[in-house]
Amino acid sequence: MVFEKVAAMLAEKLECEVSEIKPDTKFEALGIDSLDVMELLMNVEEEFGTEIELGENKVNEVGDLVKLIESKLK
Amino acid sequence: MSFQVLGSGMYVPPRIVTNEDISKFVDTNDEWIMQRVGVKQRHISTNETAADMGCKAALAALENSGVKKEEIDLILAASVSGESISPSVSCMIQNLLGVSCMTMDVNAACSAFIFMLETAAGFFARGRAKKVLVIGAERLSRIVDWEDRGTCVIFGDGAGALVLEAGDSYIDSIFDVKGGADVIDIPQAIGKSPFFEGTQKKPYIHMAGQETFKFAVNAICHDSTQLLERQGFTWDDVKYIVPHQANKRIIDFACVKLKIPHEKFYVNIDRYGNTSSASIPIALDEMNRKGMLKKNDLLLLPAFGGGLASAACLLRW
Repeated sequence: MVFEKVAAMLAEKLECEVSEIKPDTKFEALGIDSLDVMELLMNVEEEFGTEIELGENKVNEVGDLVKLIESKLK
Repeated sequence: MSFQVLGSGMYVPPRIVTNEDISKFVDTNDEWIMQRVGVKQRHISTNETAADMGCKAALAALENSGVKKEEIDLILAASVSGESISPSVSCMIQNLLGVSCMTMDVNAACSAFIFMLETAAGFFARGRAKKVLVIGAERLSRIVDWEDRGTCVIFGDGAGALVLEAGDSYIDSIFDVKGGADVIDIPQAIGKSPFFEGTQKKPYIHMAGQETFKFAVNAICHDSTQLLERQGFTWDDVKYIVPHQANKRIIDFACVKLKIPHEKFYVNIDRYGNTSSASIPIALDEMNRKGMLKKNDLLLLPAFGGGLASAACLLRW
């Protein structure tokens, strides 16, 4: 569920097909920089109504971001 | 009783440093800097202190307002990059201007200009001043780590000033402080105490980029919305938003979240970089000199940064 949401947000931002976004897709490969990741995180926070701190977590792939969000939603 | 603005002034040092200039000695490039921060060039001091620049901005503001420097009762200055901790930057500006009024520095990092306006409003309300100079003056090139490609490309040097007298143009303001050093930290010189046992960081600007971005966007959105709601204004009532010029991406995303046209924001970070407390008065002076500001135009000035602190005010020009 979270992955589908994140993939849809990315596909909308990048104007590409959702099918192009996989859990092991690197943000750098998508041309997404660290501030784009933060924008995505903030949009997810708004969508799910919850605070998600990045902390020390390394978020290089789409799957990393999904895991972080899922851990906060538990 | 608060104040009205009589005039504005700014000063930036003549040496312009482009992204290409920086990429000669730092592992970076123009495309990355423009995309990540929105800065094309910045002015860097080669021989002027923050106080030198603040004095020049003050003189420009005095001329613009038709006020003589001897009429000033109070000089408020802000700087995180003054040459000395003491004398303060406002003391040194007073010295350079050759006047003898009261002076005071306000330390609120990038939000300091709004904190100074609030302070000035208090002096006017108590009838303790008739004319006040408010100055943001920064030589950030002194405290930037030129080996850190994440931060050295962002900042620039310069100063901006306003001359104020008693009036009713300061409509409302909002302040939020979340004290802590984990997101933005500018440590003092380390010193050589033989007794101190703790660790000390390098005395340069340390900034966690992503956390700063999140804090800044949320601050602009929250502070602006609160102010407008409190005063019963809509975005149509606001002529311009003149934000602290921290990073163009912050302004762009705030614009999206607030759902307002980008044209409402005045942006000049591409030409000056982030000049901390000087960024808002520099922007106001540019707009003033371009004839963009008409009497009674409602301006929203949001600021955010080290502290962490954020502040915003509604001001009629």
